[in-house]
Amino acid sequence: MLQLTDRTWLWFAAACYLAGFALGTVAVIRERKLSRAMMYFIISAGFVLQTFGLYLRGLEVKGCPLGNTFELFQFMAWSAISLYLVIGATFRLSLLGYFTSVLATALTLVSLAFPAWDVSRRTNIFGGNAWIEFHAALALFSYGVFALLTLTALMYVLQVFSLKRQHLHGLFSFLPSIRELDHIGVRLLGAGVILLTASLGVGAVYWLDDTTTVNATKLAVTVAIWFAYAALLILRLRSRLVGQRFAWWIVALFVVVLLSLPLVSGSHSSS
Amino acid sequence: MSSPVLFLLGASHHTTPLELREKLALSSERLPSFHQTAAALPGMRELAVLNTCNRVEFYGTADSIDAVRRLRETFCAFQGFPSDAYATISHEATGLSAIKHLLSVASGLDSQMLGETEILGQVKDAYADAQSRKTTGPVLNRVFQKAFQYAKYVRSHTAINEGHISVANVAVDLALKIFGDLASTRILLLGAGEIGEKTAKAFQSRGAGSLTVASRTLGRAMELATTLNATALPWEHVAAHLGEYSIVVGSTAAPDVVVTLADASAAMKTRRAEPLFFIDLALPRDIDAAVARLENVFLYNLDDLAKIAEENRAARAAEVVHARALIAEKATALWKQVESQAGGSRPV
Repeated sequence: MLQLTDRTWLWFAAACYLAGFALGTVAVIRERKLSRAMMYFIISAGFVLQTFGLYLRGLEVKGCPLGNTFELFQFMAWSAISLYLVIGATFRLSLLGYFTSVLATALTLVSLAFPAWDVSRRTNIFGGNAWIEFHAALALFSYGVFALLTLTALMYVLQVFSLKRQHLHGLFSFLPSIRELDHIGVRLLGAGVILLTASLGVGAVYWLDDTTTVNATKLAVTVAIWFAYAALLILRLRSRLVGQRFAWWIVALFVVVLLSLPLVSGSHSSS
Repeated sequence: MSSPVLFLLGASHHTTPLELREKLALSSERLPSFHQTAAALPGMRELAVLNTCNRVEFYGTADSIDAVRRLRETFCAFQGFPSDAYATISHEATGLSAIKHLLSVASGLDSQMLGETEILGQVKDAYADAQSRKTTGPVLNRVFQKAFQYAKYVRSHTAINEGHISVANVAVDLALKIFGDLASTRILLLGAGEIGEKTAKAFQSRGAGSLTVASRTLGRAMELATTLNATALPWEHVAAHLGEYSIVVGSTAAPDVVVTLADASAAMKTRRAEPLFFIDLALPRDIDAAVARLENVFLYNLDDLAKIAEENRAARAAEVVHARALIAEKATALWKQVESQAGGSRPV
């Protein structure tokens, strides 16, 4: 009999995201309008299943599940999805559901595909300190925001490509307008920087008390990422970095964020 | 009671050239009296007249096909049109075929401009007119009401009316892809040519924020600005104010480019984060092709727009088979309903 562990529920969630990805791909190939309601429903179902899976994992590790690379990928996907469920309903950005399902499918399936990432399950990594846990969760949530920001940046690049090269059919015909993508991108970047700043602010209070709790690599990477996103925000607000160059910087920076995840996942002191 | 005949009789742009359609068209003054006469013909039960610039068609039910013959003769006599000539250009159908034709017409599949949406409103008007004259009954009521529903179904389940097929509307569609909403856009029309005017009107009809006209002759610019409820800009101020506009439509007869790369670069310095859309409808071209290389600048010329319009037209044509299949399916279902409604007396 199938034992329903936390990973089983997370597999179910990944299957939902994959279904959304497949549905969107078929619609795009057939040049049919994507059913936003259907996409929203499938992703919502995945979100509920993923939330339950992460809840079970949280019970097991006695805290927010952020103790290894597998958990970080899962939490980041969960954050991006939760934000999509708000933004998708508010801004009605066509195709964002599809792109989000692609991202969630990639993050969750990749994390599930490498069992080695989930071998060590560190429990009570925050030592019962709710503020440290809040700091970590907020940081990862900001990464989820940056994930969604990256999707809008990719959509922006595709829309510019479509308009400049005059490829207006297929996937391109469903993309939101340049200005809409730019506006939502700036808002997401602002929100992400605020969340990450708040997270680092909370973390800094405890780090100043005891600088040995965080290793130098994690500290350097985290501050560098915060600085890079803050710099992008300032440059964009001052219209120094706009259009495609801004979008490509967003994409490149998120690749760096993903690559740096293993560096920031294992440096909290654990009990 | 004998079986009623559900019929269609009419002539359309397919077989009738414009000069003959002019003779067949019922003027708004003559339509009521013809409708009354036709509905009172012996054996005529129900009647609706679809009278547009591309077709004059009669949909109805009658006791027998003889009533349709009488309708044809009455119509030709009323319009002073030779019956034998009408016989060569007109089409006639009964039962399921008549329903299929009505669904094709209402869906825009039978229109001169494939997939156009205006026809559905015209069919609705024809039905409302017939209702107000009390010449509709249970069969036409069901057939027309279902036809509206199915026409919408066909439009929403095929790409038959997707993508505009006129240069002006293609330009507006592209602007929507860039700006999303046109309410906040400012449009500058360079030149007072006809194609520019049409494009400006297309933008205004889709909610463009404001329109400014600039022409080498200020008087002509002011004249067109008055017509379009716009403002006029002296030609010599164009380059200096270029950056204030989101969309620039070039339609002058100038022999050289009127917006250079340097002009566009300078304009973008004042609106770095905001896109600028150039639509060049002029021959020779008004906008330097090199502006397309600038970040956040988009340029489409007449050939580009015509190509997209043609692609859209081809895409619509490719949907015809799918649309016809849907219509056949829906018409068959509707015909079954009409048959069961007629009970024992099966309509022909």
